[in-house]
Amino acid sequence: MKYLKFLLVGIFFGIVLVKSEAVSWYRIYEMFRFESFHMYGIIGSAVVTGILLLWLTKKLKLKNTEGTLMRVPLKEKGFTRFILGGSIFGLGWALSGACPGPLFILLGTGVSSILITIIAAIFGTFIYGLLKDKLPH
Amino acid sequence: MEYVLQPWPWYVSGPLIAIVMFLLIYFGKTFGMSSNLETLCALGGAGKKIKHFNFNWKDKKWNLVVVIGAIIGGYIAQFMLSNPINIDLNPKTVEHLQVLGFDNVGKSLLPPEIYDWGHALTFKGISILIIGGLLIGFGTRYAGGCTSGHAITGLSSFQLPSLIAVIGFFIGGLIMIYLLFPLIF
Repeated sequence: MKYLKFLLVGIFFGIVLVKSEAVSWYRIYEMFRFESFHMYGIIGSAVVTGILLLWLTKKLKLKNTEGTLMRVPLKEKGFTRFILGGSIFGLGWALSGACPGPLFILLGTGVSSILITIIAAIFGTFIYGLLKDKLPH
Repeated sequence: MEYVLQPWPWYVSGPLIAIVMFLLIYFGKTFGMSSNLETLCALGGAGKKIKHFNFNWKDKKWNLVVVIGAIIGGYIAQFMLSNPINIDLNPKTVEHLQVLGFDNVGKSLLPPEIYDWGHALTFKGISILIIGGLLIGFGTRYAGGCTSGHAITGLSSFQLPSLIAVIGFFIGGLIMIYLLFPLIF
């Protein structure tokens, strides 16, 4: 049952994202129009809490369940891939109203047509893998 | 219970999302939902032909389990923990959307004009669903993360690449909403 904890974290994550309305297409549209604080509040308070938790982790030298020091994997350095890839994802985020987490969560809320978007997203990732060496990073 | 059934305010939801990130790091992993898309590619055998997917998907099984949990969580929240209630959107937002032809704004999580099967199976409807998915899948992998990996985890750990990616998210989102929506809808 070593996977049970991941299942529970996933369930918790799914509940929070639905209850916060962060999975709502309308909330994403409203966010990109800067007409509500709601989404900024969610992301902002998540980041502030995250900073605090990670700072405490470092301060107290907390260990993970594997027995090594807890740490966040570092993103590689660069600019092009982040700005271009980020913009491409942003186009899709605004159009679909969902990022990868909510894509799956929305399936659970009973929106079966989002399966089309999920399959397309897997295929989009596949295309990235195919073209990776030809893209500027 | 009454509070649980209401929509949760941002100042409750945001910190809870940070706890999800913290727990996954505590379990020796990390918070990144878009990685699952490449794990699913590897699971489907894409690694035989393409180097990028040539890794053992079983190492990422834990994250697929998080996804399965998230789907279950979505079900629980929607069908057991919610009173039917309209989303409390800015009236200006509602007005803009009505001009674009959206008639049921805020009555459900997603606009029926995009996600109802009646629309999803028209040429325009299915194009929107597919193109949105392709952009999400391609963009997140190119950028090396999505909202969870970059906006939450990356910004919480002061990583510059994540800030650049988040700026990118907004460049793309603003182009879509302001320039492309009037052409699409």
